[in-house]
Amino acid sequence: MQRRVVSLWFPRLAAERSLRANPVDAPFALTLFDRNSERIHDLCPRAEGTGLNRGMTLVHARSFCPGLLTRPADPKADQRFLRLLARWATRYCPWVGFDGRDGLFLDITGSAHLMGGEEPLLDDMRARLARAGLSARLGLASTPGTAWALARFAEGIAQPGENLARIGRLPLAALRLADQTCTSLERLGIATVSELYNLPRATVARRYDPEVLRRLDQALGAIPEQISPLKEDLSFAVRMTLPEPIGLVDDVMAGAERLIGHLCEQLDAAQKGARSLKLTFRRVDQEGQSVELRLARSMRDGDRILALFERGVSAVDAGYGIDMIRLEATQVEELGPRQLTPSQTLEKDSLADLITQLGNRIGLENIQRFAPVDSHIPERSFKLVPAAYSMPVRSWPNRRPRPLRLFPPEPITGSGSRPPGRFRWRGRALTTLTAEGPERITPAWWEGDDDWTRGLRDYWRVATGQGQRLWLFHTPQNPGWYVQGEFG
Amino acid sequence: MSLPFATAYPLKRARAHEVCGDGGLAFAAITAGQAPGAVVWISERWRPVVNPEGLAPYCDPGKLLVTRTDSQLNALASAETALRSGAVGLVVAEITGPIGLTEGRRLQLAAETGGTTALLMIPNGGGSNAAETRWHCTGTSPQNAPRQNDHDSTHWQWSLIKNKIGTLSEWVVRWDAAARRVIVVSEAGG
Repeated sequence: MQRRVVSLWFPRLAAERSLRANPVDAPFALTLFDRNSERIHDLCPRAEGTGLNRGMTLVHARSFCPGLLTRPADPKADQRFLRLLARWATRYCPWVGFDGRDGLFLDITGSAHLMGGEEPLLDDMRARLARAGLSARLGLASTPGTAWALARFAEGIAQPGENLARIGRLPLAALRLADQTCTSLERLGIATVSELYNLPRATVARRYDPEVLRRLDQALGAIPEQISPLKEDLSFAVRMTLPEPIGLVDDVMAGAERLIGHLCEQLDAAQKGARSLKLTFRRVDQEGQSVELRLARSMRDGDRILALFERGVSAVDAGYGIDMIRLEATQVEELGPRQLTPSQTLEKDSLADLITQLGNRIGLENIQRFAPVDSHIPERSFKLVPAAYSMPVRSWPNRRPRPLRLFPPEPITGSGSRPPGRFRWRGRALTTLTAEGPERITPAWWEGDDDWTRGLRDYWRVATGQGQRLWLFHTPQNPGWYVQGEFG
Repeated sequence: MSLPFATAYPLKRARAHEVCGDGGLAFAAITAGQAPGAVVWISERWRPVVNPEGLAPYCDPGKLLVTRTDSQLNALASAETALRSGAVGLVVAEITGPIGLTEGRRLQLAAETGGTTALLMIPNGGGSNAAETRWHCTGTSPQNAPRQNDHDSTHWQWSLIKNKIGTLSEWVVRWDAAARRVIVVSEAGG
């Protein structure tokens, strides 16, 4: 099927966006600070009529047109607006791509008949955009290059095979070439596209960069040109507006249940699972309240999600009543279909639910699992990782006996290389009954740990007459005794 | 008449128990090792976390869900949630302050609802009256206890100082690493 492409150009996108939001009845321009001065970024036809043009400094422009009204430009908002227009354009065809900062390409191959043909399609587009207060220039051809040229220089439709005939008379700028290249070609007397086309290709290729012939070939359809479609914007959100405000927890939960049902259907269709959800309530007095739920595992099981929302919903202040509920999956993950085996799955699910419940009270990152770390330094031999993002460790490496609790070293009095016979620790007088050791641990000098500045450590396991079993160490390089752990 | 050890330990399921004393940590570690399924271990964030290397002989550190809270209130609330869900085999909570009868009773009820055992590590002299049993554990030196052949075993004196459904007693026990079980060395109490 012959490819058909519409190029849609908004010559005054920024100015018209600003005027749509806040119309004025005067020459109007947007300014942007560029190259050390305020310059005109975009302007309305009336301002242009007084002799202004883009890139002129504001001071200069005011001298031409004293009544000029200006506002600062917001290029980011313009881009957002263009994105909106691109979404709007999907009403004509599913394949819409951006073209620079102020244009769109629509691949309408096979979808023009839905609007009654190509001519009615362009008319419809033009009428709707005019109603929205946007001036647009349209070009339709079998290649994006030709459509682009038509939109900029000679609005209209080029039938298949007419490309060269339609753009032949247009200036070189219609080929999307850099200004410098155009000027250079014009100096040689090449002013139009057909003149460029008639030159021997070899000389053009030798004399100019390949861009010139590439753009020409793209416009004429000799080499293909891609239109990158917009990324599909997946959002999973549902909402419900109520005719009468509600306030009871049961009613709100019933509303939430319906929304969750719909959301889970959406997630199911896309094979996704929600990882975090946000339930927003709008009250009659326009106040908003929201309940966030972060899940320990991605899921799309309505009943379980509902049960987890219960705690948050009961804390919501309904005020004079709630008249809108919105549920959004703020974070989703891939979640394929899985086989249901009753025993295993139930146990895993209930553990994940527990992590979610605890996480909603104290923060999901505060529920952790141990993971071994390959280090001979006792306090560095493990790390804690959030349980919601990790799996349990299957087997723990077997190492030397270590105390059940480690704490930062606490100094005690003692001298010599054998554990002191009696010492005071945490306000208690202790006597040493038996001591096993020493086990020498050398510092990891590459870690640069402040706790280990005293050098080597000789560790002793000491049983005291008072019932404690402690882990003492002696630092022979810098004599001193410390307690670092208890065996319980 | 002395209470047989087997009736007191392993701890009665779906009940809240308390342990205090210097050897309480080892008691909790051993109990966690014997518990079926995952274990939730709750402690406040300012306290050093239990060392998984030290835990490994008694209990697989992989089955622990370490829960760190910012206050004792949240620790108790997390313990209650975990007990009520019934998703884990044991909930260990390190309690640093005094707890009242209400909190103790709530934990007891949650344990019964979820069918999960609770073990609170309490400071000496703390705890609540709602607990099923309370244990006081200290290490005893091998000199005090009868000599054993294996030199590396450590001995603890486990005293049952509160028991809702029986008499009090105390035992000297040691950990048999090969069999992974507690062995009574001598029945000290009567």
